[in-house]
Amino acid sequence: MTQQVISANRLGDGIVVYLAADSSWSERISGSVIAMDETAADALLREAKQAEQDRVVIDPYLIDVAEVDGVVRPIKYREFIRATGPSVRPDLSKQSYVPDTGA
Amino acid sequence: MYIYDEIDQTMVDQRVNQFRDQVRRRIAGELSEDEFKPLRLMNGVYLQLHAYMLRVAIPYGTLSAEQLRKLAWIARKYDRGYGHFTTRQNLQYNWPKLEELPDLLAELASVQMHALQTSGNCIRNVTADQFAGVAADEVIDPRIHAEIIRQWSTLHPEFTFLPRKFKIAVTGAETDRAAVKVHDIGLIAKRDVAGELGFEVIVGGGLGRTPMVGPTIRDFLPERHLLSYLEAVLRVYNQLGRRDNMYKARVKILVHETGAEKFTEMVEREWEQIRDTAVDLPAGERERIAAFFNPPLYDKAEDAAETLTRQVAGDADFAHWVETNVAPHKADGYAIANISLKPIGGVPGDASAEQMDAVAALAERFSFSEIRVTHEQNLVLPHVRQDELYAVWQTLKSYDLHTPNLGLVSDMIACPGMDYCALANARSIPLAQEISERFADLDRQYDIGELKLKISGCINACGHHHVGHIGILGVDRKGEEYYQITLGGSGAEDASLGDIVGPAFPYDKVVNAIETLVDAYLGVRADNERFLDTYRRLGADPFKEALYGVN
Ligand code: HEM
Ligand code: SF4
Repeated sequence: MTQQVISANRLGDGIVVYLAADSSWSERISGSVIAMDETAADALLREAKQAEQDRVVIDPYLIDVAEVDGVVRPIKYREFIRATGPSVRPDLSKQSYVPDTGA
Repeated sequence: MYIYDEIDQTMVDQRVNQFRDQVRRRIAGELSEDEFKPLRLMNGVYLQLHAYMLRVAIPYGTLSAEQLRKLAWIARKYDRGYGHFTTRQNLQYNWPKLEELPDLLAELASVQMHALQTSGNCIRNVTADQFAGVAADEVIDPRIHAEIIRQWSTLHPEFTFLPRKFKIAVTGAETDRAAVKVHDIGLIAKRDVAGELGFEVIVGGGLGRTPMVGPTIRDFLPERHLLSYLEAVLRVYNQLGRRDNMYKARVKILVHETGAEKFTEMVEREWEQIRDTAVDLPAGERERIAAFFNPPLYDKAEDAAETLTRQVAGDADFAHWVETNVAPHKADGYAIANISLKPIGGVPGDASAEQMDAVAALAERFSFSEIRVTHEQNLVLPHVRQDELYAVWQTLKSYDLHTPNLGLVSDMIACPGMDYCALANARSIPLAQEISERFADLDRQYDIGELKLKISGCINACGHHHVGHIGILGVDRKGEEYYQITLGGSGAEDASLGDIVGPAFPYDKVVNAIETLVDAYLGVRADNERFLDTYRRLGADPFKEALYGVN
């Protein structure tokens, strides 16, 4: 089976997040927990639905990923853009964007 | 400009408070997402790929300097320093936080702005010609009636749950800058032989999955009957529109399936029944609204034209900008200055907070504090003295807002596409960037002449591709981005839908394909013939041959 991780948008600010091994939600796909088979995927989805009930995230779902040289990468282009940010604004990518706190 | 009365302001303020409470209940768990979603959409809040998105209405495309400054301030404080001007005369913020949206909306309300009628199956933000009130070829300022329609339609109990969204566009000029023939209702103001004011009424145009150029259902509707007639159209639609199938629910499908003639009869019959009882606007109210759109007190700018001539002669870059981006104004000594939001390699329609502030400051100094937003994703300073254009241009230059490309190939419409939009099949923006870079040489663009290129990332057609002289539509081929090219569309007074030229291209072949099409045109065009006219004269064959090597 393809490897899968759970993605969703965080309720409070809408930012794309991934379910991590410690049940927290990571903004980086690199922090996600990977399901290697269907049973594991089902368990993750159940956990995510609970987090939706608990108002942490909206609309969680499984996405297909591939792990290459230790880097987790979504297979679908749409999910790649969600994981990295708009392809036309590298300055706003998840890797480089630092919110202006007004400080 | 229209200034809210107490009723407007109270309504908008109440909506903000309601929404604040709804957000609180959502976060506290009293509302599920299913319950909350329609509520947030009624306030212009979508969920997109990366975050929430807020769509702010800019009714009939008119902004004051104060409002634009507020939009810039909001972009900094609640977003990531920029906003996206859309084909619907809206501004979209891509990164607002749900928790902060009530405050954001309260800030908007403090400058008489809101996000109502930017989503849902209601009468959407009414759009108009961006040259309203200043166009040399205008019969009347169309914003008067756009505002009348806005007041009539906002919260009209009968029209909050239409079968589908409903878009109305108004123009008062012969040249159609508002794409009125591809709206659910398009209105063109005109005068009859006796000089009486009225409207040509077009119903059932639209883009999206089933594009249509709308038929005219009445050549001349006397002005005083406008609202009762619109009400009749909407009643027929409300009764007969296809609520069973979202894809068939727009009025264009009803008009198409019923036939324009029969549809017209139904509207006229409905109208006969209600015309004396429905809410046509009392003359006093019409005058009250019209007064908000009185022209500003123009100077007698006597030597302005002469000064401009001298400045144009002295600076070739400025001359290009004047030639391309400046349009005639109805007042002597004045001009309309178009500000391109399509710098070479830029994101069409995006403006940074700094750019918004700069334009607001220019409007204050040189354009009676007024700015317009165009459906082609550009901005306009509507009233600039001709002898002040040079100063305006110099400031624009320091903010990269001076690109002299209005109406040329790099002045593209592009929807957000897969970089932001949850419905997209493919990206639009990077393609637009690469095309504009390929045609970066302005002399080449001037030689090509008017060429309207429009890109959508999916069949919803937010980027108007069907009515592009060249249209590009993103499609998904087994997970790969492909692009279908259409030719011969127009959203102007000579409206038409483009034809698909042949098989779609993968992403990395599209820019070459566009260049091939443009070269094919240059090879066969007659004198001064636009791309569109060449296509109309010769048909698709020379273009097909150039692209695919076959006929
Ligand atoms: C990013 C979020 C957006 C979403 C979810 C969205 C959704 C849609 C949908 C579903 C339609 C098809 C409606 C139908 O055929 O019944 C549509 C049409 C349209 N949208 Fe968007 N859109 C978005 C952004 C935009 C933007 C940025 C613009 C302006 C640049 C825009 C302007 C339009 C226009 C002009 C049409 C076609 C005209 C018509 O309604 O017939 N939309 N949109
Ligand atoms: S055309 Fe499609 S991809 Fe583009 S903004 Fe509209 S819905 Fe999104």
